[in-house]
Amino acid sequence: MTGPVLSIRDLSVEIPTRAGVVKPVDGVSYDIGRGEILGVVGESGAGKSMAGNAVIGLLNPPAHISAGEIWLEGARIDPLQGEAMRRLRGKEIGMVFQDPLTSLNPLLKIGDQLTETILTHLPVSREEAERRAIAALDEVGIPGAAQRIDSYPHEFSGGMRQRVVIALALCAEPSLIIADEPTTALDVSVQAQIIALLRRLCRDRGTAVMLITHDMGVIAEAADRVAVMYAGRLAELGPVREVLTRPQHPYTDGLMASTPLASQARNRLHQIPGSMPRLTDLPDGCAFHPRCPLVQAQCRQNPHPNIGKGRAACWFPLIERAAE
Amino acid sequence: MTAYVTVKGLSRVFDVSKPWLNRVLERRGKAFLTAVSEVDLDIEERTTYALVGESGSGKSTIGRMLVGLLRPTGGEVEVEGVNLDRETDRAKVAKVRGDIQMIFQDPYASLNPRWRVRDIIVEPVAVKSGDTEGLAERLLEQVGLHAADAGKFPHEFSGGQRQRICIARALASEPRLIVCDEPTSALDVSVQAQVLNLMSDLKEEFGLTYLLITHDLTVVRHMADRIGVLYLGRLVEEADPTTLFETPKHPYTQMLLNAAPRIDGFGREVDPPQGEIPDPINPPPGCAFHPRCPIARDICRQERPRIRPLGATRVACHLAE
Repeated sequence: MTGPVLSIRDLSVEIPTRAGVVKPVDGVSYDIGRGEILGVVGESGAGKSMAGNAVIGLLNPPAHISAGEIWLEGARIDPLQGEAMRRLRGKEIGMVFQDPLTSLNPLLKIGDQLTETILTHLPVSREEAERRAIAALDEVGIPGAAQRIDSYPHEFSGGMRQRVVIALALCAEPSLIIADEPTTALDVSVQAQIIALLRRLCRDRGTAVMLITHDMGVIAEAADRVAVMYAGRLAELGPVREVLTRPQHPYTDGLMASTPLASQARNRLHQIPGSMPRLTDLPDGCAFHPRCPLVQAQCRQNPHPNIGKGRAACWFPLIERAAE
Repeated sequence: MTAYVTVKGLSRVFDVSKPWLNRVLERRGKAFLTAVSEVDLDIEERTTYALVGESGSGKSTIGRMLVGLLRPTGGEVEVEGVNLDRETDRAKVAKVRGDIQMIFQDPYASLNPRWRVRDIIVEPVAVKSGDTEGLAERLLEQVGLHAADAGKFPHEFSGGQRQRICIARALASEPRLIVCDEPTSALDVSVQAQVLNLMSDLKEEFGLTYLLITHDLTVVRHMADRIGVLYLGRLVEEADPTTLFETPKHPYTQMLLNAAPRIDGFGREVDPPQGEIPDPINPPPGCAFHPRCPIARDICRQERPRIRPLGATRVACHLAE
């Protein structure tokens, strides 16, 4: 099969509130191919987690998908409800969240949690499930997997817990893993271990990964392609090296310039004036225009731009300006 | 330049024992956690000293001892030549205490939601019955907000704006030293840039001294004049930013710098560091880093290295050269 593992088309999520309907995700489209890591970056409130939750059907009501389609392995999954969605979750889509403690049941041994997941999703015997559970722990680099299977979550350190969560996400052999800020709660040295692990699993198994994070460094090192989100919309989408070194959207450009570099001596950081607009109070036209240094009349009047020929959802992408 | 803050042999031990009945029933002794162990450092006036380390390295504990929120178990902290723990002249202590302020990580938890911004900002001056007329309005403009914001409540502001209010409050009593404990860790990148630039401007304007506590190496590179690297409560290396980032001497610093993700590190294959920070209740003997150190020898397992000068660096390693 050659098509993308995950394909999102014009996805919108709506939440009715007293102040009117807000759209935390608005017309977002992207694909993730086999063995590919797509980084989704953005600041708080950009809608990056909300898009991930929509894919796995974990939107909290009253939030709901209001438009668009989600395709997984050539099958449309956004209309699925209840039991059908539950079977998909865990089997076809694995999840890794920021806080490993809340993803694990504190009362069950990790071996039981793993075998239960395997038995739910795969037609294997209990012995085979236990064998696979040990193999999964081994694969994510937990030393002495055969013994640690009888441990409880509290007996592991933060980094080891996150490995257990990754083992849980992997054990039913899903085609897609959604990792929502998987290293944000971890220290630098442990973070490097987890990123290396995700990349290895992705390469060896051909699993597609949606890596949601606010950390540009993590994206640069782990992702193949990157989707930059702003106020619920896609600002820029493209290969990670190009987006980060030659951004076409003024927002991506500002974001990169305001990120301090470890390799560079002290200078004044670039500032993007203002802050992200509230979703209840989005400006007309391009959502970024009140903060954009290169804003023109068209940005205020025209509807929000879509990603056209280039990578950026911008009426005047930086590449054209450079050519002028 | 004179040392504004002098820290000598500073240690802090926490009693983390279970209740006595549990200890009797389980036949266990008391347990002590050494959060900070024999740290020596000087902070020059009008500079930024950054403490970096992973969680549990004791960086916040040092900050808290410096402002007097915790008492040291051993060693001394001197600010402006006054030992805050031992000085008997209360007027002297009060004077120095007034020169120290603190900014915390979480701008949501450090502002009283029931107070108006004006009252929050002038509180450090009001408790000493100082003149607060127009003070809040002036400070708000100084940190980039509007004078009219003084009548609002904290919930009306975003995270970055709240951190600006915290900074305004810290400035109210005209301090000379501000201890900043992860001031931008809860903020988004673009907001972080605004707050860091503001901190740099205020430092120039008021001649402030900062102790910056953070785990973010890129922030440190931008802000610090001097950097101290902590591991398991011990100061393992200290240098200026250029020296530290270009020629790190301690194997732990080297590991940390190599492991930190870089925004220009596309597809970089890092050898991820081995192991994790050991249990601080039972730290390894000798050098605390030896179980993870690639170059450890016998001496590292037996003898704790003292911090020693090495070029422009101070380093606590037997083998560094």
